[in-house]
Amino acid sequence: MSLAEFFAMGGHAFYVWTSFGAVAAVMIINLIVPVVSHKKLLSELRRQASRKEGSTK
Amino acid sequence: MKTWFHQWGSAPYFYGRASRWIPWLSLLALGTIAYGLVGGLVLAPVDYQQGQGYRIIFVHVPSAWMSMFIYTSMAFAAAIALIWRMKIAEVYISAAAPIGASFTFLALLTGSLWGKPMWGTYWVWDARLTSELILLFLYLGVIGLYSAIEDKRSAARAASVLALVGVVNIPIIHYSVEWWHTLHQGATITKFDKPSMDTAMLWPLLSMALGFTFYFGALVLVRMRVGLLQRERYSRWVSDMLNSGGSAS
Repeated sequence: MSLAEFFAMGGHAFYVWTSFGAVAAVMIINLIVPVVSHKKLLSELRRQASRKEGSTK
Repeated sequence: MKTWFHQWGSAPYFYGRASRWIPWLSLLALGTIAYGLVGGLVLAPVDYQQGQGYRIIFVHVPSAWMSMFIYTSMAFAAAIALIWRMKIAEVYISAAAPIGASFTFLALLTGSLWGKPMWGTYWVWDARLTSELILLFLYLGVIGLYSAIEDKRSAARAASVLALVGVVNIPIIHYSVEWWHTLHQGATITKFDKPSMDTAMLWPLLSMALGFTFYFGALVLVRMRVGLLQRERYSRWVSDMLNSGGSAS
């Protein structure tokens, strides 16, 4: 099977690759969003903690 | 059993364990999905009736399974949250619901992309498709209820009740292909029979399903860490963890 044949998917290229592409996109975005918000939240909490420490000392 | 329950109910313990499990689950997900993709897209033979288009099942079937599995797990968590007021279970529901909704959406989308070349239509209002669409609305209802109510404890209670009531839809989805005449084909893989599928197709499919489960496990833990931190931001263990610095990453 050639590479061109592989991508053609026997004439079903649009359906097959849209399916796989959509699944990959949703799964990757779903993973990136909470990882980023976890990092943001941690640094926000760290900032708050250091500010509090600064005011009491 | 009782100490186990208490340990896992404790937020700092759970947070620490989750942080350790996430990399392993991600690695397992990556491996099984990689094998499933190669096996499903390249190694598996062409279907004699459906041609190459059948390969959509390698993402459609695992997505559909996940959509039902995640909802069922949420219903269990909802029961635990309602009976024992367990905070971890409440966080689980709010963390899992968007993932479940995504998989339900993907199952519907890939299903209709499969349906167009195979059935000649993107959508029919038959029992399987309609009950899966209802599942999507149930997920959205749980997410909406949770975010609409300000107090997170009462929000979790309301969302739990809906999650628990909505679980009746799961057996309806499962048996819809037997109870009603539908366009959707019956189950290919059942517990009791030998699957009516070539092993060169079956192994990649099962590997994809396993990979999606590992992926869900890793992702729900990532989301639960965020949920726990948000809820417990003023508690002692969070400030202790931030000060020690080590396990926070």
